[in-house]
Formats: sequence, structure tokens, C-alpha cells
Amino acid sequence: MFGAGGGTNSYREIEETDVILLWGSNARETHPIFFHHLLKGIHNGARLYAIDPRRTSSARWADGWLGLDIGSDIALANAVAREIIAAGLENREFIEHATTGFEAYKQALEPYTLAYAEKETGVPAHAIREMAHAYAKADRALICWTLGITEHHNAVDNVLALINLSLLTGHVGRYGCGLNPLRGQNNVQGGGDMGALPDRLPGFQHVEIAEYREKFDRLWGVPVPPKRGWHLSEMLEAMEHGTFRALYVLGENPLQSEADQALTRHRLESLDYLIVQDIFLTATAQMADVVFPAAAGWCESDGTVTNSERRVQRVRKAVEPPAGARDDIAILYDLARRLGHDWGEPQAEAIWDELRALSPVHAGMSYARLEAEHGLQWPCYDDTHPGELFLHSRLWERPVLGPRVAFHAVEHDPPVERLSDEFPLRLTTGRRLDDYNTGVQTSGYASPMRRGESLDMSPEDADRLGVRSGEVVRVTSRRGGIEVPVRIDEALRPGLTFMTPHFQDEVATNILTIDATDPRSGTAEFKAAAIRVERLGVT
Amino acid sequence: MSTDTVWFRPPPRPSHTPQPPEQPEPASVDLTIDGQAVRVPADWTILQACGSLGIDTPTLCYLENLTPVNVCRICVVELAGARTLVPACSRVVEPGMDIRTDSPRVRLSRKMVLEFLGSSVDLSTAPQAQAYAARYGACPERYGQPHAPSGPGERDAREPGHHHAPDGSAAETVAQPVKVDNDLYIRDYGKCILCYKCVEACGTDAQNTFAIAVAGRGFDARISTEGNVPLPDSACVYCGNCIGVCPTGALMFRSEFELRKQGQWDESRQTRTDTICPYCGVGCTLSLHVQDNRIVKVTSPLDVEVTHGHLCIKGRFGFEFVHGGDLKADANPEG
Repeated sequence: MFGAGGGTNSYREIEETDVILLWGSNARETHPIFFHHLLKGIHNGARLYAIDPRRTSSARWADGWLGLDIGSDIALANAVAREIIAAGLENREFIEHATTGFEAYKQALEPYTLAYAEKETGVPAHAIREMAHAYAKADRALICWTLGITEHHNAVDNVLALINLSLLTGHVGRYGCGLNPLRGQNNVQGGGDMGALPDRLPGFQHVEIAEYREKFDRLWGVPVPPKRGWHLSEMLEAMEHGTFRALYVLGENPLQSEADQALTRHRLESLDYLIVQDIFLTATAQMADVVFPAAAGWCESDGTVTNSERRVQRVRKAVEPPAGARDDIAILYDLARRLGHDWGEPQAEAIWDELRALSPVHAGMSYARLEAEHGLQWPCYDDTHPGELFLHSRLWERPVLGPRVAFHAVEHDPPVERLSDEFPLRLTTGRRLDDYNTGVQTSGYASPMRRGESLDMSPEDADRLGVRSGEVVRVTSRRGGIEVPVRIDEALRPGLTFMTPHFQDEVATNILTIDATDPRSGTAEFKAAAIRVERLGVT
Repeated sequence: MSTDTVWFRPPPRPSHTPQPPEQPEPASVDLTIDGQAVRVPADWTILQACGSLGIDTPTLCYLENLTPVNVCRICVVELAGARTLVPACSRVVEPGMDIRTDSPRVRLSRKMVLEFLGSSVDLSTAPQAQAYAARYGACPERYGQPHAPSGPGERDAREPGHHHAPDGSAAETVAQPVKVDNDLYIRDYGKCILCYKCVEACGTDAQNTFAIAVAGRGFDARISTEGNVPLPDSACVYCGNCIGVCPTGALMFRSEFELRKQGQWDESRQTRTDTICPYCGVGCTLSLHVQDNRIVKVTSPLDVEVTHGHLCIKGRFGFEFVHGGDLKADANPEG
């Protein structure tokens, strides 16, 4: 946000904030150690509001649970904003000082009354009002979110709706105030920071700005293509149209992790050539023309990852990889040599130092400092810079330093797949505490809590359908069907069902999910499919 | 992808590096420790003040990432004018305190505590307690032969007020069978000194799960799940933060327990390497304890700001996939 793709705050700040909005995140189970910091905040007196369709284990810690209907986040956020303005609680001074577009935003909010929001979201008006007032009146307030915000067809608008709230109240750029996407994987943040985005060179330098490109051209001795590339969803679509012929997958299992599995299989099959580099022979690897066996990055090789508080951290080799498995960079260097480029000996620190020479926000992070200081937070401009505890303090400087930040009016737009008589139940997906994604890594250890996949549903829906806990049912969406046992979960409201992606080999949840994607971020609407549930052997 | 061209460039560097709000400097306090004058911040404990003078105060129930509960009484020091010895770990410094850390009274008290523990608890996997026992000349043997161990579940069934006074013919002990009820960790309460650290880590100091507490009274007191159910039936979420803080090896990785049973556990053959957890994006530091190229235990350093030494089930136990075995062919997806 605001030109820097990372959460604005450090974990320690949530221990000393006053109000926390945990929006579309079950951090208690998906980011357990972050939640330790959040709990310290609660013990220190912070009020927590959990905005989640499910009454999750995180929500049980909240002062207020706003159990909204799936995909109604913008209706809720806009109603919060409208209420803040109606009650005169907006931060006028900050709005005038550091933002643009307020009047247009205010006008766009006009239809989002509490009554409208109650109708659209299912959250009682008084609960929305209470949260709006608590957030606006707090001295310090933080918003944290995860995939409940971003796995929607309008992911970017959802994020913008939350950013608007922080601008409206001046809850950004100060200690204990800000906006924090909690990253789902140990180096999602680092991947983006390093330029694994279609439009950015490392350090958020846009590829369409010549000045940045030339820096890389000079060091690498080859011209960097001057136009942005495709994100994952665009690539998958292009495969189908025959304009994308070869794919090199490193450490990912798209066949099982992408929405709409049948469609994904068809797309991968239409490639001329598929290379997979992974630590296991994944379902995707089994489709590949060539498989490069890789070492496990986190314990069989050296390098860095970056966490959700922008902290670059060292990973270190602790064990030797199995025979034949090699460090990712060694494989890439050998490939380069075969393609006619000798890059010398692969060394993680040398690659990092090259990055530091090109990305100003990483310039001060030598390996020696990363070791000595348990990692450093970007931006870290030089050898003496301590790294930034929180971002965007410039917005409070007088006069404001750099560009002002804009309000973006966004409109409520429900999930692509509407409920119907044929598909009357909403299916949403997410993680559990002890398992992870498609289960590759977690299937290796014996969690006493693991109970396999289930279709979780409310007691009311189970009653209505006449199904018992543990009964195997047929679940069907417009894309396909699977069989799965039912689990009754009082944390779910009537009409809402829940599954995980953890047991894809036994229950392929992503046969059901929809690949409706946000054209800007490329994320699929994993959070909102429409399904029906039928008892087996009953007609 | 951003379409807002103004953000094609990273935002400018602020004029001042962002800082947390300034805290008022704590007042300082002058006191005397073993005849040395020392000035320390007013919110320090006696333990911290001793540490600043290089005095090694023994502790068993204290850990810097937990709230002091001052139950083990081994850190006691003599405070001039005080009727009783005071626990250094939790007593905050006061102006003019005159403290002795190695007086005969202090040494005797520490020795007695270690003898009581040594006579009643198996300290074979508690190197720190063993070292203290040697330092203070503790002789637990003088309490006589240990009593026969309790049978399975016997101590757990004891109710307050229902036990019989010992006849003095043998040393009372907490010896009992090891509880092995899951694949991740074991509970060997014959090694438990009731330091409360596991209860604290499971409670408000870290995990806030409250799966365990102290049940019973007096010598029958023990750590228990609610209703003494096995761990899989309890509120436990297997974060293992209780193992991380246990000072005696009463709580132990199943992997370590099995290797010890086979006589294969050998810390002299182990390396310890810090890296970052491969799961979610919080970025927890994992210390991998490796023996014969296999990860045998995972801890986290106390002084790392991200974890303060605490982990979740995946970080602490989810490493087996590295070593292959009967894994499904599967891999790391987007998320």
C-alpha cells in the first residue's frame, strides 16, 4: 500500500495498541505466534473485534464478533466509514493534511447506512456502530487481515475499503496504528519484495520506469523487458489460449492448490513443456516433462526469508539433503550454464549482496547484521540504519513528505457465484491449526488433532438436511462433486459451510472451488463457492 | 498490481526513523549486594541486580519469558531486616536494601530445597538442578531409600486430605509411570518439580490455552489436564511450549524419549542451527537440534522478539517431512 508492499507495523506494536480489527483472519490457528502478541495486547487492555463469517477460535477472544455474510466486507467497511463521518469522528486534520479524494469517497458512502449494511451483511446495526465508534475514538488502532479479505474476486477493493478506514481516522503512520496483511507462507512477503511480481523489480521498483530498469540492465549486462508480465491467473488463462507454452514451477503444487481443479488440469495438460522443481514428487510434478529434485529451502540450504513485519531473516542449512536433491540456486546456476551463461559458484550471500546493490530498501542489510540483530526490517537504507519499526510516518511530517495518499471509493459487489435453489449453500475454505495448505509438509507428522477432511456445517442446516455428524454426503458445485463426511460446527451460521485444502489426495476440495479471480491481484475466490449437499443413497 | 502510477516508485524516506513513544526513564535505586554498592533501575528485581554484578543466582522456576511465580525457593537471598529469606526472582529492588546472596543461611536453605527435590524427584535429565546440588553439597540420600513408585494413575486419583503421613522408613517420591498418550510428546511426572513453568506457558504467559493446571494439595499436588483426561481428550493444542520451558525433562519430545530409551540420545553428537519456520508468514526462529543428519528436537531462542521462545504445533513438530518416510507425494501450494 502507498508504494510499499508490506504490512505497516511490527508485532510488538499490537501489544500496545488500543483497538484491533481482525478482519477475515483466524490468526489464532493460522498465525499462532502472531496471536501470542495479539493476546498480550488484549491482556494489556486492547479491545478486539473479529470480523469473520465463522465464529472462529480467534473470535472467541473478541469483545465483538461481527459474523458477516461471505463477501459483504465492503458493505460493512463502508458502513463503518459512513457511521464514523455521521458521528463526526473522522480525523479532519489528517484527512486535509495527508490525503486526497475525501469528498468523492464521502459521497460514495452515502447509500451505506447502518440499516443497509445490516441487510447486506447480516450484522446487527448496533454492532457495526459500536465497532465504528471504538475504532475511530481509539488513540491507537490496527487492522489485520488475511485471506478472508484477499481470496475474493474483488480482493483489491476489499483491501482498499480497509485502507480507507485507516485514512479516515488517521490510524496509519503512527506507533500502534496501521494496516497489516498477515502473510500465509514463510516467504510470501520476501517473494514480492524480491520482484517475484509481474510488474516490479526487487524493492518495489516498477519495471516500466526506465531509471530503475537501466540500473538492472547495467549490472546484468542484458536489457530487462520494459513491460509488466502476467500474474499466475493470467498465465493459467493464457495456457488455455495457447499463448503460454512452457511452465517452470518451483516449490508449488498448482494442480492441487488452484481453484477449479478440473480446469487447472486441462490447462497444465495443454502446455508443450512443464518443469517442476520440488522436494516431493507432487501431483503437479507427476504431470511434468522434467522434475528437478530440490533441497528443502528452510533447513537444507542457506538464504533469507521475509516475514509479515517486513523482517528479513536468515535461513540456515542444518541437515544435508537426500542424495540427488540440490539447493534451488545450484539447479538454477546449472541451468544458466547450459543456456550459455556462467554465473560462477552459487552462493547465497553473494546473491544477497547483489540484491542489496540494486534495492535501496535492502541496502543496509548485510549478512553480518542479519545474524547479529535477529533480522532487520525493511526499509533499511544503509549500514547504520536500524530498519523501520512502522511505515508511512512521512504522512505526519509538516509539510507532508512525498505524495499524499488517496481515498478510493469502492462498491459492494457480492461473490460471483450467487446462491440459488440448485446450489443453496455457501462453501468457504480455510486452514486449521495443525495442517497446512495441500498437506505436503504437515502430512509427515502425527498430529493428535488431525481428523481428516470434513464438510463443516451449522446444526440448523444439518437438521434441515437430516444428516448426522460423520455421515458421508455428496457435495456438488457447478464444477464438480466429491464425497465427504459431515461435521457439525456451532461456529457456523445457517447457510454457511466450511472445508480445508489440507487433504487433497483424499478429498479434493478444489474440485468445488471457483476460479473467479480479481483481475488486478490474480487471486481466486476460494472463499465463496455455491454448493448443494445430498445424502448418499437417498433420492 | 498497482494501477496508481504515483506508486510506481517507492515512497520517500521519512526525515526521521520511526521510533516507539518515549518511555520515561525509570528512577534508579541504590542498594548493597554482598557488600558491593550498586545502582539499578527501580523496576528491576533482586535477581537482575545480582546478574548485573555477575552473581550467578540459581533458579529453577524462573524464566525470563514467564511471569515469576516464586515457588521453587532456590533463588532466595538474605535481606537485612527481613524475617524470612526473600525470592530474588520476584522481589523488586528497594532503596537501601542490604542483601547477602551466599550467607550460611542462604546456602543452607538452597541445599535443603535441593535435597527435598533430589530425594523425591528423578533429576536424571535435569543437568541444571544436578549442578546446583553439587554446588550446595546437597545429599538427598540422607532421607533414606526411595519409596516404591506409585502405580499407574494412583497419584492422579489422590484427593486433598486423604493421604496418610509417611512413617519415615523411606523417602517419599513422586515416582510413577510415564504418560505416553500421543506421538508428539510424553509426560514423565516422576521428574516434575512443580515449578509451574508449563502451566504458565500454557496459560497467560504465552499460549493462553489453559489445558493444564496444578491439581491436589501438599505432596499430592501434580500437574494435570482438566479431569485428568489424556492429552488427546484435553484442550491441548500441542504447541509444546510446556516442553520448551520444562527444566527437568519431565516434558519431552517423543523423539527424544524414544532415542533415550534406545540409548541413542547423544548431545555430544548434536548440532543446533537456527533457521526460520517453513510454514506461515510470522517468521518464527526455529533452533533445529540435529543428530546424525536428522532433526531430533526443535526449540526457539528466548531472546528472539518474534517468538520469545514460543512456537506452535507445526513449527515445533512439523519437521518430519524433511526426512521422507511414508509421505504422500505432495507439495507446497499458493496460499
